Amino acid sequence: MYKTNYHRASSVEEAASLIAGADDGKLLAGGQTLIPTMKQRLAAPSDVVDLRHIADLKGISVAGSQVTIGAGTTHADVANSAEIRSACPALADLASHIGDPHVRNMGTIGGSIANNDPAADYPAAMVALGATIHTNSREISADDFFVGMFETALNDGEIITAVSFNAPEKAAYQKFPNPASRYAMTGVFVAKGAGGVRVGVTGAGSDGVFRATDMEAALGANFSGGALDATSVDSSGMLSDLHGSSDYRANLVKVMARRAVEAAG
Amino acid sequence: MGAEGIGARIARKEDKRFITGKGRYTDDMVVPGMKHAMFVRSPHAHAKINGIDKSAALAVPGVIDVLDGQQLTEDGIGSLICGWAITSKDGSPMNMGDWRPLATGKVRYVGDAVAIVVADTRAQAREGAEKVEVDYEELPSVTDSTAAIAEGAPQIHENAPGNQIFDWELGDSTTVDAALASAAHITEMDVVNNRLIPNAMEPRAALGHYNSAEDHYTCWTTSQNPHVARLVMSAFYNVAPENKLRVIAPDVGGGFGSKIYIYPEEIVCLWASKRTDVPVKWVADRTESFMCDAHGRDHVSNIKIAFDSENRITAIKVDTLANIGAYMSLFSSATPTYLYATLLSGQYNVANIHANVRTVYTNTAPVDAYRGAGRPEACYLIERAMETAARELGVDPAELRRKNFITEFPHQTPVIMAYDAGDFGASLDAAMQAADYSGFAARKAEAAGRGKLRGIGLSCYIEACGIAPSQAVGSLGAGVGLWESAEVRVNAVGTIEVLTGSHSHGQGHETTFAQLVADRLGVGIDTVSIVHGDTDKVQMGMGTYGSRSGAVGMSAISVALDRVEAKAKKIAAHLLEADEADIVIEGGELKVAGTDKTLPWFQMALAAYTAHNLPEGMEPGLKETAFFDPANFTFPAGCYICEVEVDPDTGVTDVIQFVAADDFGTIINPMIVEGQVHGGVAQGIGQALLEGCAYDPQSGQLLTASYMDYTMPRADDLPSIDVSTTKTESPSNPLGMKGCGEAGAIGSPPAVINAITDAIGNNDLTMPATPQAVWAAING
Repeated sequence: MYKTNYHRASSVEEAASLIAGADDGKLLAGGQTLIPTMKQRLAAPSDVVDLRHIADLKGISVAGSQVTIGAGTTHADVANSAEIRSACPALADLASHIGDPHVRNMGTIGGSIANNDPAADYPAAMVALGATIHTNSREISADDFFVGMFETALNDGEIITAVSFNAPEKAAYQKFPNPASRYAMTGVFVAKGAGGVRVGVTGAGSDGVFRATDMEAALGANFSGGALDATSVDSSGMLSDLHGSSDYRANLVKVMARRAVEAAG
Repeated sequence: MGAEGIGARIARKEDKRFITGKGRYTDDMVVPGMKHAMFVRSPHAHAKINGIDKSAALAVPGVIDVLDGQQLTEDGIGSLICGWAITSKDGSPMNMGDWRPLATGKVRYVGDAVAIVVADTRAQAREGAEKVEVDYEELPSVTDSTAAIAEGAPQIHENAPGNQIFDWELGDSTTVDAALASAAHITEMDVVNNRLIPNAMEPRAALGHYNSAEDHYTCWTTSQNPHVARLVMSAFYNVAPENKLRVIAPDVGGGFGSKIYIYPEEIVCLWASKRTDVPVKWVADRTESFMCDAHGRDHVSNIKIAFDSENRITAIKVDTLANIGAYMSLFSSATPTYLYATLLSGQYNVANIHANVRTVYTNTAPVDAYRGAGRPEACYLIERAMETAARELGVDPAELRRKNFITEFPHQTPVIMAYDAGDFGASLDAAMQAADYSGFAARKAEAAGRGKLRGIGLSCYIEACGIAPSQAVGSLGAGVGLWESAEVRVNAVGTIEVLTGSHSHGQGHETTFAQLVADRLGVGIDTVSIVHGDTDKVQMGMGTYGSRSGAVGMSAISVALDRVEAKAKKIAAHLLEADEADIVIEGGELKVAGTDKTLPWFQMALAAYTAHNLPEGMEPGLKETAFFDPANFTFPAGCYICEVEVDPDTGVTDVIQFVAADDFGTIINPMIVEGQVHGGVAQGIGQALLEGCAYDPQSGQLLTASYMDYTMPRADDLPSIDVSTTKTESPSNPLGMKGCGEAGAIGSPPAVINAITDAIGNNDLTMPATPQAVWAAING
């Protein structure tokens, strides 16, 4: 790791001010991507602004069907939350399968979506749930938030404070893990809510998370695994690497989507 | 035998320190004044070095010195060698390219060491290494063996035209071709044995300490054979004469072969310590382990098996291309030749065998012996072909094998090996029964009802351990003898120290070797200590690899114990006024058979050292040495049966059942043997399903350089393994042992792949059978 200046922020305002004043600063949420990257000397921020001690960023609240999760809430807290398990068990299930216990007890939902790793799990859920991303300056719909691989709509220094969504009627997430890293090689989150059916796909697309709109239409008409038989996934938009060709990933999208629909019941 | 003797299932003595974090590894060693090293490594697969600018690195605070290959050459440090000379079939010697410990002139793979930076801290050394500016001129590279041997491929070493190291053969091609011409059926396959990265839990490390006042070097290093390291560094690399070089391999966290070899880093650390006059420690990070540890396997082969009209094998013909990497590592030439082609008879009675093996340089990490070393490659070839033959012939794969088994011993194969003992039918029967082979059809039908493709696969492996006798391996080109030494010291109070040239890095020698002593002398294993891994303590040894520590290392202890017992009996006979022939050693006492006269073991030992009353002319003391050179290799063999279910939608293979029935001869500690089989099978399943080293064919970059991309087997990838043993004793050593360290990794890959290809009905499948590969095989 290269030398860096560490700052511990005690409020969102202080964090915003610290990051604005840094030469080439990075916000530290759970650190599960940033710290390993710095250790491998692949990132060398001049300053690290630690968000982990800001109480306002933590916590889960459910009011009626409205679910709000503080950006600093760990995966373990989401996975183990009785409110989430009741309002949206699919999201608790997703969180319970991110990384390993170490990662789940350090990594946060805000950190995950801000990083927008193309193989991260949460982006699929945010898109499928039609979630709203709250920052210290505005609200952004998930559809607009995830721009491309490791790219979001966040401005420099903008801090995610929370995510919110309406609890779906039914939902499920099915992940096909990369055999080596166990990140999602394809993860499909299917949610059926007041606004219809939404299908978020992570791990597979060459431009990061995407919505499978053909599948959404088919499932909107008939929410069953069989309804997907007539849909097809274009492999030209899929990632291709050592572990999975674009054809293989296109196949996985369909298989995982069907399994998610069946799991959602 | 007693509660702690041969055959006792007792917990390992060494585990307390390992599982409580009290092990002492090379990285735990601290010497006053010690400094830290990082290596500057090539980022290119193939490039000319036009210059090295050290000025920025030398300006980094804490950096003591930056040393390069030219300085190393000026100091007379020798090039790395391959210790086994192979002669091509045209009589020419192998084309061994120069391997400098620090590259001069050219780099030949990503990770090739160019310079060493010594600094006060590791971080400073790392920063210094980043600031060394090497002026590289990139050259075209080649990483694939077939591409490397093709016309017009980039030339890697000047003295290896066309990148070929040797073109070697074993067996009689004339008789084989005649048998093929008259065969009733020929099964032919192209088979790839995938390249693996060893991934020992402890990365390699070296601490070199030159004491200028005494003109003496000490090297702590992660070695499976510290004596061989000293011998080679002294005799070939001119580091120091043997009497001025002490090599210590303390606790070592796994090797699997990758820590047999003497690498550039330990040589350079010793040399750098003299140049800088400070002790120099280097510890590989995980990326360096992936890049620079010797890799394993990487064979491309064609096999033809000829059958007569009664389905008996009449001939086997094999053509193999083996990737050696950028340099010839210590055993690299032996692995694809005498450790491979000599096992191509498998468990079968075959009159005619011919193998042709070409080895090639590529711009990749050196390739050398890895758990099994040649035998897994032979076994995979034979056992996939046998399963394929059974399908083509429409006969049961178990019965085709049984029909061709060797049933009489000793058996001379046409490829050097003389199998000394075995009962292949017994292990096949045991495995088939444990696997409920006859019930498979019903299980397959049940799985089909759940939408799963169920398959079963067999593998009847044989391998060769011990690597012996010295005279024989010498005649085949080995540069060293392959015996083992032991010294048994009985202390004045009767406790015992056993000094062995074997090295334990996970095998449990401190327990099993003590069990042998307990068995022989009737003493508790707590009174027996095993000393190993230090050239100042143990005079000489050949180390641990090839599953040789039991069959060869323990046999040496056994011979030394014979001598201890003989002297002890003489002393006891003298003190008890009995005939020496009537003395028996039992339960920690020397007894006069048929009487109640006894002498406790410790009193006999004390008498040996007080020397107040010894037999006329006897020297005081009780310490005996033996060098054991076995009569032959040993031949562990067995039958593995794997049952899988494949998900046709995703290509995911679930190993439902794995049965291992092995014949290891005499077993000292069944628990440790089972652990060895579990670990070996885990590595074999890893090779079959998960592990595959990949280089980018254009850039020569290592694509699988971390656990993000290199898939190691994890607990949830593995089934519970059904382990059992049958027993025929090896007549080639006094204990009847065969060796169990590699069998699991040798026998399991073909069983897994045979099961998958049975399940999916497509035999065109290459390891690792990843979900993507299996899905493609189902759909393509």
